[in-house]
Parts: sequence; C-alpha cells; structure tokens
Amino acid sequence: MSAIFLLIGISLLVAVGFLVAFLWAVKTNQYEDDYTPSVRILFNDTPPNNNETTKPE
Amino acid sequence: MSEYTNVGKVLKCTHCGENCAEETILASGKSFCCEGCKLVYEILDENNLCTYYSLNNRPGISQKNQSKNRYGYLRDAALREKLISFSDGQKTTVNFRVPQVHCSSCIWLLENMSKLNKGIISSRVNFLKKEVTIFFMDKEIQLAEVAELLANIGYPPEINLSDEQTIKQKKDYSRWYKIGVAGFCFGNIMLLSFPEYLTGKSVLEPSFKLLFGYLNIALSLPIFFYSAAEFFKSAFYSLRQKFINIDVPIALGIAVMFIRSVTEIVLQAGPGYMDSMAALVFLMLVGRWFQNQTYHTLSFERDYKSYFPVAVTLLKNEEEQSIPLSKLKVGNRILVRNNEIISADSILLSGEANIDYSFVTGESQPLKITKGATVFAGGKQCGSAIKVEVIKNVSQSYLTELWNNEIFSATDKDKHEPLINVISKYFTVAIILIAVGSALWWFPSDLHKALDAFTAVLIIACPCALALSSPFTLGHIVRVFGKNGFYLKNAAVVESIAKTTHFVFDKTGTITVAGGSHVVYEGEELNAQELVALKSLFSQSSHPLSAAIAQSISANGQAGISGFSELPGKGIKGKAGEMELKAGAAVFAGTVDSGNVKSSRVYVNINGNYKGVFSLNIQYREGLKEMLHTLSSEYELALVSGDNASEEKTLTTVFPAGSVLRFNYSPQDKLDFVKHLQTSKHKVLMVGDGLNDAGALKQSDTGISVSNNLNNFSPACDAILEGSNFQKLPLLIAFAKKSSVIIGISLVISLLYNAVGLSFAVQGLLSPVFAAVLMPLSSITVVAFVTLSVKVMAVRMRL
Repeated sequence: MSAIFLLIGISLLVAVGFLVAFLWAVKTNQYEDDYTPSVRILFNDTPPNNNETTKPE
Repeated sequence: MSEYTNVGKVLKCTHCGENCAEETILASGKSFCCEGCKLVYEILDENNLCTYYSLNNRPGISQKNQSKNRYGYLRDAALREKLISFSDGQKTTVNFRVPQVHCSSCIWLLENMSKLNKGIISSRVNFLKKEVTIFFMDKEIQLAEVAELLANIGYPPEINLSDEQTIKQKKDYSRWYKIGVAGFCFGNIMLLSFPEYLTGKSVLEPSFKLLFGYLNIALSLPIFFYSAAEFFKSAFYSLRQKFINIDVPIALGIAVMFIRSVTEIVLQAGPGYMDSMAALVFLMLVGRWFQNQTYHTLSFERDYKSYFPVAVTLLKNEEEQSIPLSKLKVGNRILVRNNEIISADSILLSGEANIDYSFVTGESQPLKITKGATVFAGGKQCGSAIKVEVIKNVSQSYLTELWNNEIFSATDKDKHEPLINVISKYFTVAIILIAVGSALWWFPSDLHKALDAFTAVLIIACPCALALSSPFTLGHIVRVFGKNGFYLKNAAVVESIAKTTHFVFDKTGTITVAGGSHVVYEGEELNAQELVALKSLFSQSSHPLSAAIAQSISANGQAGISGFSELPGKGIKGKAGEMELKAGAAVFAGTVDSGNVKSSRVYVNINGNYKGVFSLNIQYREGLKEMLHTLSSEYELALVSGDNASEEKTLTTVFPAGSVLRFNYSPQDKLDFVKHLQTSKHKVLMVGDGLNDAGALKQSDTGISVSNNLNNFSPACDAILEGSNFQKLPLLIAFAKKSSVIIGISLVISLLYNAVGLSFAVQGLLSPVFAAVLMPLSSITVVAFVTLSVKVMAVRMRL
C-alpha cells in the first residue's frame, strides 16, 4: 500500500505542473486574445509572387 | 501613371471593392475608386506585400472619405511619453487602436509592417480589441512616422485625449489566477476525499486517513486565504457600512466550514467539509467571472476627451505649429482642416465653414457658418481648412462645460440595490436565528451536538446557489442582448432597466435616422444625361443641401460645368454643355413654393423649364410609431430635443397622446429634466446619442446610447444599442423585466434545497458526504434552471 504514498505525491506534482502552466498562460496574455492566433497560424511564411495575386475582375 | 476615364460598366475598386462610381483610376492594370486606394496599393506592391489582396477579396477600406490625419504632434516628448507602453531608450513598444481592422488580410498586413520599414522590429494585432502593438527602434523610426505609416496603408491609428490615461492600464488577471488556484485545489481535494464517499465505514487505513486529511488542509489553504479572499473583503466592507450583502452569509459559511474541518481533521474526529468548501468557492468564482464578461471593443466611459483631438494646429505669425490641446489658450488662432474637430468655442476668422455637429446633436446635416460667428467645440469642419480664434478654454466651452456638472465627478457607485442584496439581508438574519436556535435546543442535553448543529446550519445554509442564480441569469441575458445588438456595460444594468417607469428620448439621431435625410424627387422624369448634369452641378456647391442631393443621385459619369455661380438666398446655376441648369428656391426655378414646411426643398429648372423638386425629409426610424405605442401602454414617454419646435406637428402624431414633448433644450436642460422626473421617484431610462445627451444619460437610472456604427463615438452610458435594432427596444425591455421572475423562481429552488439541508443540520445529522453532494447539486440545479429558462424565453420572444 505504500506505493499509494508515492502515487499521491506524483499525482499532486503533475497537477501542480498543470496549475503552473495555466498561470503562465494567463500571465503571458494568452487569454487576452483568443481569435487572432487562429487566423495567424493560417498565413504562409513566404508571400507568393506578385503575378500570382492577380485576381479575376 | 494613372488615367481618368468615364466608363459605363461599373468597375470595382481592387483595394476596397467599392463601385468606382465617380471616377475610375486605372493603374498597373487594376482599377481603383480613388487616389487613396491606389496609393495604398502602390505601397504594398512596392514592398511585395500583395498577399494582402489574395487572402481576402478586396479587403481594403475605401480611402475616399478618409481625412489625412497628421501625427506631427507625436514628436512632442511629453505626449509621446504618455502614449508609449515601454521604452528602454533604443527600442520602444507602442499600442495603437486601429478601428479599421476587420479581416484576416488586415491582420496579415499589420503583422508584416516590418517589411515596410526596417525600423519596425515586429508588430502584433489583437483583433478583438482592434489594437496593434508595434515594437520599433528609436534610431530608425520616430513614433510619429510609425503612426503616419499606419495611416498610409489605410489604418490610421485613433489617438485621443483619454488615451493618455487609459492605454497604459494593465489588465487585471487576479480573477483568472483565483479560479485557476481554486480549480486545482478543488480537483485534488475531491480526489482525496473520494474514499470517504464510498462507504460509511472507512476503507482506508488510519495512516492514509491522516495523510489525506492533512493534504486536504494543505490544499484548502490557498483556497481559503487566496481564492476566497474577495468574499471576506466584500463582507467586511459591507458590514462596516452597516449593511448585509450576499457575501456576508457566504463568508460566514466558508469560515465556519474551514475552521470546523481543520478541527475535525486535527482531532481525527472526521473527514471535514473541505470538499464542499472548495467546490463552493470554485463555482462562485466561475459565476462572477461569467457575469463580468465584457465587450472588448466597446467603451461605456467616454467623455468629450475621447473624441477631441490630442493636438491642434496653432497659427503663430502665419506659421503652423502643432501643440498639445492642453496648451491651447484663449486668443490663440488655430487652423481646422477638413474633417478635423473644433476643440474649443471659437470665432470664425476666414474660410468657408460647414460644421457638422453630428457628434454633439446627432444632426448630420452640416451647418454653414458666416465669418465672425461662433463655432462651437465638438463640431467637425467639412470642406477646406478654416482659421478660427479661440474664445473659451477647452473645458469651459458650451458643450464641455456639461462635464463640470457634479454628476460627472461623483464616483460611479451603484445606482440601485441589486435584488440579491435585498434578499440576503433577511436570509442572513434568518440563518443566524436558526443556528442559534438549534444550538440552544441541544445545549442542555448535549454540548457537542449543540456545536455540531450550530456549525452545520451555517455550513449548509451558505447561499451558494442563491449567489449563483443572479450572476448566471443576468450574464445570460447580457449575452442574449449582445446577439441583438444591445450591449450592456455590466450585468447590473439588466436590473435597472427592469425597474424603468419613464422613457425619455432625444430627437435627432435617436428617433431619426442619422445622415438619412431622405431625398425624394418629385416632378417630370429626368433622363440619364440630365441626371449626370444635375449631379455634377450639385457637387460643385459646398452647400450642405447640395451635397446631400448630389449623393442621392445615382448616376455614373461626370459632366463639365461651366459658368457655375452660387447666388446667396436663391440657389445655384451653371451650364453643362448646351444645358442650362438652375436649382434653388421656388421663385428662382420659376415655380411657386408648395408651402410644405416639413422638409427642405430644392427646385430644379433645366433650359428655362421647371422640372421638379428635390425634397429632404427628416426620416424617422422604422417602426418608431408602433414602438412608442407599445411602450406607452406601460410607461410614460417624453421627448427632449435641442432643436426648435418645427417638427412638433409631426411628432404629436408619432408620439402617443399624453407624451411630454420639449424643444429648444440645452444639454443642461435635458439633465435637469431627467433630474426633475427622478425627484418624484420615477425611474428614468434615457435614450440619446450625441454628446449633448451625455449629461442626461449620466443622470438617468439607465442611459442608452443609440449608435449606427459601434466603432464610432458614443457618449458615456450604461448600454449601447445598435441603430438597426432600435425597434426592438420594447421587446428588450420586456426581456429584462423577465429576469426578476427567473431569479425569483431560482431563489425558491435554492431555498427548497436549503430547507432540506437545514432539516438535517438542526438535528446535528449533517454528514460531510451529504453536504458534498447537496451543496454542489443545488448550485448546479439553479445554474441549469436559469440557463435553460433564459434560452427558452429568448427563443419564445424571438430575440
């Protein structure tokens, strides 16, 4: 049964890890804007050539 | 090079997608509606940033009516210091509000600003707040140049006086932290308490029991001392003011739970109620967070400062000089360019002044001012630049003086007592009486049981469900309102709306459509050629009526006007090819006035023949009459207008009998009118739109500001209503009124749960497991009930 002591300790440690991750996320303003990153991730890194951008009228 | 052409087929602007109606500019094989759009395209093309156009179809903003803002004043060191958020002397971070941001192309372009100027290191957009944060090198680029660059690519940053104070304010994340900590502790305490739930007899070895107990105490410390601190503080402050709010019984319950649990665990008398306490604190914090969801882009606290420019162009010995508005003095001569705001009452020295007072009065038709007359602060110049001499200080102007009224300096404390606090008074007293009663009952026979019963009553009666019903009901209602274009400052506004007895409306811009003076043509039909000619004639004139008519004629192309002249008091005339055109007063156009005072009329004569008349009618909002009649069945209505009584006749037919109609009211009169109603215990809901209503909006119990464009200015108020949803007002008010019914029913539900719990508690039979099940269960029932009932009601009322 003494394994439970160890397991409880580990489970608490994991939970503390998640708590710290959450606090860090809040602190670094990740909850400030939950829309823009979803758009940002879809942009290509290198802009295509100019002639590709010609659009049909 | 670009060329100007008249084309029959309507082309769309490559940049903004608007019809190139007036002129089409062709450049590098693409069409543009104006020079501004073309310029933006060229900047982007040069810098290889045309991905902007491939991400979305024609994403730009029309540059046609954009004024060229000047940002020279940003070189002022003191002002710069106030605006930037961080600087280490070499690198600077600045936050700009850019209301034009509207699509992913905007985000892409603004985040690639580093490609436009090597001084910019990086930039980041917050789409919801419509803000861009720019990180740049001081040596390479000035703050003013950053702002100009933004303006050049079509995103002029909005900078105004109130920014000086607000932009640096850091957001407070403490509620997030508290919820995070509470959630963490709650989950772990639940896990550790779980073995206790399984069976009456302990399945655990005593050593585990001890360990779990102490772990529970350790985990509950952050909840008790950090997450729950706001309940204790609030309870303490309210008691000090000899007043019992809902946090008093909550704080009492939490404290008793904590102390009793610690004693039980330390004395090894039982497992304690830490699980219930953690669940309760966590749920209530989530409830408060839910209630306080706010609209990022809307501001409810704006005064004239958010609307006035930061700097003005001072004329000194015929030299232009940009100075901060705070340094403007009486006697200064300033230059006001097209689309600039006049920042203090002044006298017109030279130039043609067409002042648009729409932000002040809601009236969008510009006023023509003659030389030597006074132009009032808050007006916007339309046309060429004018020179004026300041006659009053910024804060002492006719308009801004309103803010010296005490109502604006009074701290914005709650205008009314929330329903929940009224109940909590009686609730707390009742609970304490029951607790003391049951303690006294057991005291003679069993001291231990007396203590048990006393604490158990305080624990089980902790009004968690009660405290959750109102945040969730109001929070949901605020969200339903938001979907319908009605944005509340906070959830408490729902309750103040529900108490309304009197409605007070402003006229121009509120019940009339702003900028929508409806132009109607009556008379002989005009052919395409004549229409083009007339449109060209009217666009020659700077008279406000002409501008409105020119805008209303939908004809493509342009005709050259020769011999144009403006005859004061008569009208305008000119020649388009062989066509002789005359427009203006009835006699001037060779006809008789039909004598309709309701509208402004412009008569048209072509080649000596009277053709017809353009009339500009004031357009009332759709469904206004029906709306007012619906409201009048339950409420008293009133209208306060700054205009003269010329519309009174029409308004008496629009407003139901018995409504009070007042004209020629100054901003101060409006405020006093509302105040007067309030002295006779009426609850006033004011609906207005301009700065001249700001006093009345602030004074009223609920101030609603009607706005056609949410990015535009709206005065300080409790709620903002989109103009297009104006006719929904009675429905929205009725919906707000339902909130008290829903809260009432949810209170009954939570009281029933409390009664069950109390019946066990007074007997000293409250087990921790029972409490851990009953208390969250009652909260969840209440939350589920209010959520469902608000949703169902919204569907039923078609909101």
